[in-house]
Amino acid sequence: MIVDVRDVEYEIASRVILSGLDLTVRRGRITAIMGPSGTGKTTLLKLITAEAAPTRGRVLVFGQDLATLDRAQVFAMRKRLGVLFQNGALLTDMDVFENVAFPLREHTDLSEPLIRALVVAKLNAVGLRGAAELMPAELSGGMARRVALARAIVMDPEILIYDEPFVGLDPISRGVILRLVRQMNDGLGITSIVVSHDVHDLAQIAHDSYLLSGGRVVAQGTPQELAASESAVVRQFMQGIADGPVPFHYPAPDLRTQLESVDER
Amino acid sequence: MSAVRVTGQLALFLLGLLAQCGPALARPRLVVQQIYNAGARSLIIVMLSGFFVGMVLGLQGFDLLQRFGSEDALGVAAALSLLKELGPVVTALLFAGRAGTSLTSEIGLMRATDQLNAMQIMAVDPLRYVVAPRFLGGVIAMPLLAAMFNVVGLFGAQLVGVQLMGVDRGAFWSQMQGSVELNDVWEGVVKSCVFGVACSLIAVHSGYTAEPTAEGVGLATTRTVVASSVLTLFLDYMLTAAFL
Repeated sequence: MIVDVRDVEYEIASRVILSGLDLTVRRGRITAIMGPSGTGKTTLLKLITAEAAPTRGRVLVFGQDLATLDRAQVFAMRKRLGVLFQNGALLTDMDVFENVAFPLREHTDLSEPLIRALVVAKLNAVGLRGAAELMPAELSGGMARRVALARAIVMDPEILIYDEPFVGLDPISRGVILRLVRQMNDGLGITSIVVSHDVHDLAQIAHDSYLLSGGRVVAQGTPQELAASESAVVRQFMQGIADGPVPFHYPAPDLRTQLESVDER
Repeated sequence: MSAVRVTGQLALFLLGLLAQCGPALARPRLVVQQIYNAGARSLIIVMLSGFFVGMVLGLQGFDLLQRFGSEDALGVAAALSLLKELGPVVTALLFAGRAGTSLTSEIGLMRATDQLNAMQIMAVDPLRYVVAPRFLGGVIAMPLLAAMFNVVGLFGAQLVGVQLMGVDRGAFWSQMQGSVELNDVWEGVVKSCVFGVACSLIAVHSGYTAEPTAEGVGLATTRTVVASSVLTLFLDYMLTAAFL
């Protein structure tokens, strides 16, 4: 396995975000991490990229315990993975070409013609070779995410992490991203971790799935196994039921009591 | 306690920043670009302000000096006021309002839009790539801007004193030449360098630590102006006392 999360707990400001979380990602596969909003999915990604450290437990990436790495080793580890941010996070003072070339210029001594060839190849892979001279502000949401994907793969990472890649996209752009996730995995052999709410899209591409709720894994298996699960929380999430084990209402006092207290005031 | 904590954070931030200044200087293109942003783009407002401050000095100085029959000393008075005080201080205040706010909001927005985060994930230290060049750009630009302020200010004072009020041109310049010493110039240069470090440090720190929200960036920008202005005036007093 390429990522191994063992009995992880993460707490911030006395609030437990993750508790007793176990999760493994196998090399060369697409692993989906699903779950309701606020359940700790993005926090889990931050633990895997060493942006945050767990309060308890261990996170192993490429077999290395992240807690034992110093700053230089963390940076060396990060060079082997790519992250596609939800909003693309393109550098706004550079055009598309320079955004994709950025990691190459920072980490390699490649000649300019070679950098140009690599960038053009990556932009071609995401269908945006013709947009190389556009600035990020001139791109649509879907295009920005494709440019960010080209940038994420330009260093040929072993792991590619997608943070909510389908959010806010029209059906065509979602289809494009879905196809690209599959292509990156099949064509380049990149291990993919996809965090998303989008059950139906993920079912088309994921090999393994984890469902998180309340900061822990409540179900795991193939998307088909999750879809067939009898568990109430899994059924609620997979079928999009508004109320259930994950309550519709944010914790609040009894409605009658609260209304009466308003009257008294 | 909060002031101690902020001072400690600022000191640690400065240490981290200084460690990245060497690598940042190794790629001068980024630093030169920031000298242009912080310096060249502030030139108009600095020169315009210097011109008016110089003209006011000319008027006020003439009015005061003629009461003692020493209007020929207007050149010395204007030069010393500009070189030792007004040049560095007013330039620093203008810098905080023009370039400092720009630095803070730019870095704060980069944080709010995950650009700094993305750099860290790409194993690029934002302190080296984003913050250090902007800090160095500000530090280098400040003395240059103060020098421009002084030159234009002297021109303004001369324009009013000599052309309008009739002070003798020869006396204006020769008294200045005879009485202004290298130490006076040196005091202004040291002040503008110290103000450059202080204002640039506050600007980049406020941006780097801004809450990643619209409100957070707004608050950080305000903090830059207020903290830079107060610190400039405080440091001005301390440095003046040290030079006397």
